[in-house]
Amino acid sequence: MPTLNDILILLPEFYLVAAACLLLLLDAFMKPAQRPLLHWLAIAVLLVTIYLVIAGQPEQSVTAFGGMFVRDQVSEILKVFALGTTAMICVYARPYLIDRKLFIGEFYTLLIFAVLGVMLLVSAGNFVTLYLGLELMSLSSYALVALNRDSKLPSEAAIKYFVLGALASGMLLYGMSMVYGASGMGGTPSLDLAQLHHVMAYTTAPNLLLFGLIFMIVGIGFKLGAAPFHMWIPDVYQGAPTPVTTFIASGSKLAAFGMAYRLLSSGMGDLSQHWQLMLAVLAVLSLAIGNLVAIVQTNLKRMLAYSTISHMGYLLLGLAAAGPEGYAAAMFYALSYAVMSVAAFGVILALARAGFECEEIADLKGLNQKSPWMAFLMLLIMLSLAGVPPLFGFWAKALVLEAAIHSHMMWLGIVGIVFAIIGLYYYLYVIKVMYFDKPAEGSVLQSKPDVPLRVVLSLNALSLLVLGLYWGPLFAWCRHAFGL
Amino acid sequence: MITLSHYIVLGAVLFCIAVAGLFINRKNVIVLLMSIELMLLAVNTNFVAFSRFLGDVSGQVFVFFILTVAAAEAAIGLAILVLLFRNRSTINIADIDSMKG
Repeated sequence: MPTLNDILILLPEFYLVAAACLLLLLDAFMKPAQRPLLHWLAIAVLLVTIYLVIAGQPEQSVTAFGGMFVRDQVSEILKVFALGTTAMICVYARPYLIDRKLFIGEFYTLLIFAVLGVMLLVSAGNFVTLYLGLELMSLSSYALVALNRDSKLPSEAAIKYFVLGALASGMLLYGMSMVYGASGMGGTPSLDLAQLHHVMAYTTAPNLLLFGLIFMIVGIGFKLGAAPFHMWIPDVYQGAPTPVTTFIASGSKLAAFGMAYRLLSSGMGDLSQHWQLMLAVLAVLSLAIGNLVAIVQTNLKRMLAYSTISHMGYLLLGLAAAGPEGYAAAMFYALSYAVMSVAAFGVILALARAGFECEEIADLKGLNQKSPWMAFLMLLIMLSLAGVPPLFGFWAKALVLEAAIHSHMMWLGIVGIVFAIIGLYYYLYVIKVMYFDKPAEGSVLQSKPDVPLRVVLSLNALSLLVLGLYWGPLFAWCRHAFGL
Repeated sequence: MITLSHYIVLGAVLFCIAVAGLFINRKNVIVLLMSIELMLLAVNTNFVAFSRFLGDVSGQVFVFFILTVAAAEAAIGLAILVLLFRNRSTINIADIDSMKG
């Protein structure tokens, strides 16, 4: 029987469901002129949820509803960052949405439901909750990608995202069914991740278990966007409206890390020697394909898509280390990537206007002359994504490489460093275009006068420098979450 | 006598047909949606078979959730399909190629 305690553990989630439903109702009865109210309410709801997550954070891991839902430090950190980046996306998105006549309530409710999916997914203690959280997030994202209904590219991006996302869920589920079967051979079958942890020790069908594990890793690879399962990433990034791209690059990547951690460490931790090498192969392929193909891109969003693929490669380096240190480094990487990608797309959102998407790299020509402050922020973001000290991105890269080397995978560390140097090229190219090229004839490049956007974006980009100088506390928090 | 392995083979065959349908099909987006449904049904067959033969009910409960989510997924997929047809007047997969690189 569910008790009051179960409900209290899920308080932030319950609050978010109730608030999202209320926003949906409010939107139905609202005049278009009152839309800004909905915008600020959505941000307030996200901020209150952050408060509820932090205020109720348990000292040790607690479970609710018979182990279905786990609330521990790992899920708390991921939730805080997912909610925070989503609130920032709301701030950045407003002028963009107004320019394109997309300033509608659906954007906010779908976004909040997607974050709810992220929160369930990172707290999942059972295959059922994991799958439901994943689908809640994915289905909301498919609809968000198709938000701009009268345009060609978004509908194409949405159908590609939908088909490949559904394929990934199918693979994941097939793997889960095999693991469920294997757990019942020689013991009680279970869908509970904590119980599945010990399946390898007793199962009479270890091959079935490994077969299922492979399918689950394919599913995780699709959701992370790791090569060779990365085909959807560039098209979806390019075709989706930029605020939605931002969510897919930040919130859904945090969720994918949470899912990989829950499935591989909580669930299949005993099999780590088997999945370690598979993840290492995915990591190397992602680093190679992401960094090399990004060099030839002319579209900024597409370039950032390939950069995402390479960043997922680094994240996988940490996971492949298969120990608390590796997980802590990978989580630190996921957090840093979420903050950096929100800032990078934030600059694109700040420069875009009606009829001008600002998504070609050539569109940034001479940004320094037109808007020096935006150019400076973009400089910080690009250097941080490239991993130049002393910025945030450098420490994230250094820590995953250290984790990989500590777990006796020196070759992985070397591959990571080589591709970090290759990756420098395309980030520096953006900086060269901004600072050393002349603005094109009739260039309309100018940052938006929207004050909240400018303030939050500046803070976001400057935080890369601040967190680069004082990264210790955040990393200590990540290590603490994994019991170090 | 039908044993567990028969059902698992059936599930595997259905799953393979679905994946082949996704990758080989070059004509029609609706066939893609059908393949996705078939894939989820193959998984359901597996879960029900394991659940029945291993004497544990949780697998069948999971199947209910998968069926529900599959219905929602089909609704969203068809909505996106309608959108695609409105914007391009075609649902031929070979024509959906405006983004490359």
